[in-house]
Amino acid sequence: MNRPTHAKAAAPAIELRDVSKEYKDVRALDGVSLSLAGNRIYGLLGRNGAGKTTLMSVLTGQGFHSSGEVAVLGGNPYENDRVLSRICFIRESQKYPEDFTPLQAFRAAALFFEHWNADYALQLAKEFQLPLKRRIKKLSRGQLSAVGVVIGLASRAEVTFFDEPYLGLDAVARQIFYDRLLEDFAAHPRTIILSSHLIDEVANLLEHVILIDRGRIVLDDDAESIRGSAVTVAGAASKVEPFVAGRTVLHRETLGSLASVTVEAVLTDAERRQAADLGLEIAPVSLQQLVVRKTLAAAEEDSATAAATVMEVSR
Amino acid sequence: MIDESRPIFLQIAERIENDIVEATLAEEAQVPSTNEFAAFYRINPATAAKGVNRLVEDGILYKRRGIGMFVAAGARDRLRARRREEFARQYVQPLVQEARKLGIGIKQLTDMIESTYTATQDTTEGSVAQ
Repeated sequence: MNRPTHAKAAAPAIELRDVSKEYKDVRALDGVSLSLAGNRIYGLLGRNGAGKTTLMSVLTGQGFHSSGEVAVLGGNPYENDRVLSRICFIRESQKYPEDFTPLQAFRAAALFFEHWNADYALQLAKEFQLPLKRRIKKLSRGQLSAVGVVIGLASRAEVTFFDEPYLGLDAVARQIFYDRLLEDFAAHPRTIILSSHLIDEVANLLEHVILIDRGRIVLDDDAESIRGSAVTVAGAASKVEPFVAGRTVLHRETLGSLASVTVEAVLTDAERRQAADLGLEIAPVSLQQLVVRKTLAAAEEDSATAAATVMEVSR
Repeated sequence: MIDESRPIFLQIAERIENDIVEATLAEEAQVPSTNEFAAFYRINPATAAKGVNRLVEDGILYKRRGIGMFVAAGARDRLRARRREEFARQYVQPLVQEARKLGIGIKQLTDMIESTYTATQDTTEGSVAQ
């Protein structure tokens, strides 16, 4: 892929500075700062209720934020047509007028999206075996998701958000989505934000990963740097513990005299040999495993801080 | 195909190197474009590009502007020399370690290697032996 090198591409596509959002007594976003360069595929990962959808709503001008600054393609998206006409947001349960057919939904999209490609939409609809003239209300859940995926891809918007776009899509349809996304992204580079629970499925598509947990950014790094950034060391506890001493522990399991400890570490060849000599096993950690460990570690840290606060208050 | 727990660009670079060592990719042959790699392995195109660029920096591949990437002359010999250096550590050391663990003596081990080497010679010689 050739990245455009002209100056325009250098400005971040999305920028958030210390953005928070409160619903009554819940902090949905808590001091989020991000700077996302254009023409990349980002994975927005996190548990249910972590703040992914809230973040995307703020970025697409569909919700207010309580404090902080938001810029998408250089402007505040809220009620800003100059920005909104260049972004596309496909929600998990996207609503369309019930009496529309997919074909009518596509025609409506054509009016809205500057770079809409009608031929491409029809080609995709065919691949997803979407009945073009059936009313939306008669479509299955998977077919409804396919309508969203087709609109998201064919819009060719400068910034496209897919929020868990595949409810009801079977494995074959999801694979078609991933393949077409990669292919069309290569031909028409643009910024894609893909929110997903199916981390193993999408991991290889992503260039950059953002992990959010309870409104806070836990991880913001290139997927390639994350891969191989942690290892699991297993063996006799008496040998594992000295080996992992001083490293950030993400997870620890013990069974009798055996221990298995996941640490953040890129081991050198010398360290790997040392581990082998000690009879330790070194196992790689996948992106999905790492995301799970990071999320749980963040939660643990939080409850530890909370406990410390409680203790201080009660003192 | 792709191992999820190691940087993918390294795996792409290794696969291309492998094809060159096995002479599947001849010297001066054109290698697929990064977008073709991305589509084939179902990976991000920037990741594929990183793997290919690593080999360009290393002088294993070279770029012809507007045409594509090609295997450099002498690339195969250089890669084979490098792999021979790593051979003892990567393959012999674990082999000997495991043999010791199982109580296989040096004589038995060399006999096993010899018979395996002879038995497989015909099938692999074409591309490997000089």
